Amino acid sequence: MAAGAFRWREPSILPGFSLALGLTVAWLTAILLIPLFALMLRPWELGISGVWATLTEPRVLAALRLSFGTSAAAALVNAPLGLLVAWVLVRYRFPGQRLLDAFVDLPFALPTAVAGIALTAIYAPNGILGAQFAKLGIKTAYSPIGVFIALLFIGLPFVVRSVQPVLQDLDRDVEEAAQTLGATNFQRVTRVVLPAILPALLTGIGLAFARAVGEYGSVIFIAGNMPLKSEIAPLLIVIKLEQYDYAGAAAVGLAMLVISFGALLIINALQAAISRRGAA
Amino acid sequence: MSERPTIVAPGLAPLLILAAALVMGVLILLPLGAVFFQAFDKGLAGFREAFDQPDAIAAIKLTLIVAAISVPLNAIFGLAAAWSIAKFEFRGKSVLLALIDLPFSISPVVSGLVWVLLFGAQGWFGEQLADRNIQIIFTTTGLVLATVLVTLPFVARELIPLMQEQGTDEEAAAITLGAGGMTTFFRITLPNIKWALLYGVLLCNARAMGEFGAVSVVSGHIRGLTNTLPLHIEILYNEYNFVAAFAVATLLAALGLVTLVLKTALEVRYAGELKATRKH
Repeated sequence: MAAGAFRWREPSILPGFSLALGLTVAWLTAILLIPLFALMLRPWELGISGVWATLTEPRVLAALRLSFGTSAAAALVNAPLGLLVAWVLVRYRFPGQRLLDAFVDLPFALPTAVAGIALTAIYAPNGILGAQFAKLGIKTAYSPIGVFIALLFIGLPFVVRSVQPVLQDLDRDVEEAAQTLGATNFQRVTRVVLPAILPALLTGIGLAFARAVGEYGSVIFIAGNMPLKSEIAPLLIVIKLEQYDYAGAAAVGLAMLVISFGALLIINALQAAISRRGAA
Repeated sequence: MSERPTIVAPGLAPLLILAAALVMGVLILLPLGAVFFQAFDKGLAGFREAFDQPDAIAAIKLTLIVAAISVPLNAIFGLAAAWSIAKFEFRGKSVLLALIDLPFSISPVVSGLVWVLLFGAQGWFGEQLADRNIQIIFTTTGLVLATVLVTLPFVARELIPLMQEQGTDEEAAAITLGAGGMTTFFRITLPNIKWALLYGVLLCNARAMGEFGAVSVVSGHIRGLTNTLPLHIEILYNEYNFVAAFAVATLLAALGLVTLVLKTALEVRYAGELKATRKH
């Protein structure tokens, strides 16, 4: 073979490459690629106009709007909340800290259906917090606010766990230098700390958002699922499947996937722009 | 890392710690407490009654079966993927990595939907399966497929960064000294990654047993046959049998808590060996 010829893998003395890669690719193909292929192709059985008609049904449109709207709102509110928790866990020492740190991951570990019925019990009109909100005339469970609360629960760990390691590695010397030079607390936080953790914070927001858009178990119990009002997009997939409208269900699923990826691309671009500015 | 007291607003510390504890308490811990509180709403007798039903026992068994099949499959996949990706240099690696992470950005409902699109009554292979009297949707096979897709990344993404960090020197030395591939894997690689593997399996198992959205789509909710624990909880809840729903939910909440404790213990004890994987 001529020198510099195309080589798709570097030689190695370790064995098992073909077997391991073969297994990996076969498993990915069977479990992920073929199923996703079906998701991408089946909507078009309806034709382009049919897909458009499905996605612009008032009920579908309302559900997509609710899912993406509440997901964005919850991710944005989780940014300051998650930042606060991460800050406290990294910068202070207090009793019960390790416990608090461990419980951050509870939404990852608690099955979503369990979280769903528990949140509903709390925020229902006769629930411990729902009753308080009801007195103020605010309906929490069985409304979009309930959806928002469930997504807040699901999203918090993503923000905390994205920001925490960066905050930990942040060079304190810079902060101390800023202090020596007479910067106020507020200036140190907004001018030194925030710019350094902004990319990680954006990652956290993006992850929380992506998870929230597809979230099902923790949301459907508290949402109340009223058509046009509190139906989330994943629920519409379930409803369409129950009507044997496979292509319609696939169309909604594909639309969710495409919009999510679009949103993640925007966040990635934003992140790249910030780190470019930081490097310059 | 050296413990340096924060210099940012030390006076604010108690206030910020309190605020973070409040966020965690209301948002994360209150739902967990609500599960146990509601489960014992009618005393111990009401709690125990939930487990006297054969449907509950069947749901527990099915949950264990589905996890017992899905988790080892994805553990083998994770090992194969990590061996090929971390120990060899080849083209297309980043595509493979992106594909492995993909299930995290797919809605659980879509992860169930894709199997219906393939194997449902009107799925691509629906007719061929019906001709041969094979059923996949509404059976344990369907539940396993949905669970395997949802939990695909868990083991792989714990192992890949760690094995990349460890490099190939030790394995290369063993091979050079005449050890066989299998001996090298079991005597060198596996001991090096055992804690990360356990960590991944732990998280994979928690998700497999608690998965709701994906299995809900393929299950058909046939009592005593295709109801896993989360689906059983849903049925009880929708029948207004709240005490029983929460009683069964305590099982899954306990699973979540045990997972959290073991996970934290592993992180504390084997921080060095898990470091590469702690980025969520």
